[in-house]
Amino acid sequence: MRIELTEVLWMDQYQELSLADLARLSGLSEAELSELVDCGAIVPTNADSAEWIFDAGCLAVAKTACRLRNDFELDTQGLAVALTLLARIHNLEAQLHDLRAQLPGRIF
Amino acid sequence: MKYKDYYSTLGLERTATTEDIKKAYRKLARKYHPDVSKETNAEEKFKEVAEAYETLKDSEKRAAYDQLGSHQSGQDFRPPPDWGQQYGGTPFSFDDIDLSDLFAGLTGGRHHTRQRGSNIPVPGHDYEVTAHITLEDVYQGTIVNLNINVPEYNESGHLHRVSRALKTRIPKGVVDGQRLRLPGKGGKGFNGGRNGDLYLNIALHPHPLFRVSGHDLYLDLPVTPWEAALGAAVDVPTLGGPVRLKVPPGTHAGQKLRLPKRGLPKPHDGEGDLFAIVQIVVPTVLSERERTIFKELADVSTFNPRGHFEQETSHEN
Repeated sequence: MRIELTEVLWMDQYQELSLADLARLSGLSEAELSELVDCGAIVPTNADSAEWIFDAGCLAVAKTACRLRNDFELDTQGLAVALTLLARIHNLEAQLHDLRAQLPGRIF
Repeated sequence: MKYKDYYSTLGLERTATTEDIKKAYRKLARKYHPDVSKETNAEEKFKEVAEAYETLKDSEKRAAYDQLGSHQSGQDFRPPPDWGQQYGGTPFSFDDIDLSDLFAGLTGGRHHTRQRGSNIPVPGHDYEVTAHITLEDVYQGTIVNLNINVPEYNESGHLHRVSRALKTRIPKGVVDGQRLRLPGKGGKGFNGGRNGDLYLNIALHPHPLFRVSGHDLYLDLPVTPWEAALGAAVDVPTLGGPVRLKVPPGTHAGQKLRLPKRGLPKPHDGEGDLFAIVQIVVPTVLSERERTIFKELADVSTFNPRGHFEQETSHEN
């Protein structure tokens, strides 16, 4: 049976997401997302504007937040702390990975 | 359908209280949650724990589960004759579903929204799958075949497991951990609800020669002491074929020699670089002639690589 080829989309095609889009795609409510923005855990590209716009990075964070909320029954404050720590861990792991790549390996 | 012992998964007796169940889940969630845990197979183990908790924490679902009886974990079984009528609303086909599917839609003792006559559109679920690819695949782009096994509702609203084969092109320039989206290829929507999406996670196989940092590649370049001292032209492998590289005279160990645009392609345009990290390797076995030449070199050379040791320690005296 011939299987049709499906083209993929890059996640950064989600360049501009409204609060409603982010809620629909992440599983969090608009109220929960607003609280996370207030805590600084999610940062819109236009924080000072009344109508927030979010990028693909925010969608990944929001999905993680939804997963943590469901799996650990965390409230918003707890979510914000967990997300901040996870972001730090992620950055450290990326730096570690890059440094290891640049270190000479063993020859023998 | 295979039986799963949810009590055993949570380390509990069948007489456990709701509080016991919650405590057991919290402890195991901390241990195996993929966002938190580095244990092997954490994701798989967490899925089992979450599935068990999802059923046992709800009194209706727990009662329905207990009515299935007690069986060996992993053993094929059929629920008691009246179970489907009492808990499922309409008769199930128990042959091609997973135990978790049975409880997924159970709310208030009956299946919601999927009964005949319900017109509410239900969107399909999103699913995730991982594609393991090589650096060569990243360099050229590649087509991968995916097989997913997902629960779906058929025309009469019954849940059953479906195997689906998909073929997708992975574009050039993806990085390790990248997520791509196949719109509408997730779970089928019901009653006109939109189909869910399939998310593809990219996992790169380690390469025997190259190490990856973003779109740059790093390669160890062993050279002999005479090549480092005199300079040399050496062949260096790249993903696009071997390239001649000039090692300048006086190159030292650890120096990074840059081959521009020989790294991984970037998704929209451009390429990363390849860095060859010089390592000076000394032969461990010398012929008589080689030993003689090295001794002569030692005698005539005034090069002192440890001069700074004396300088640093003389400050203290």
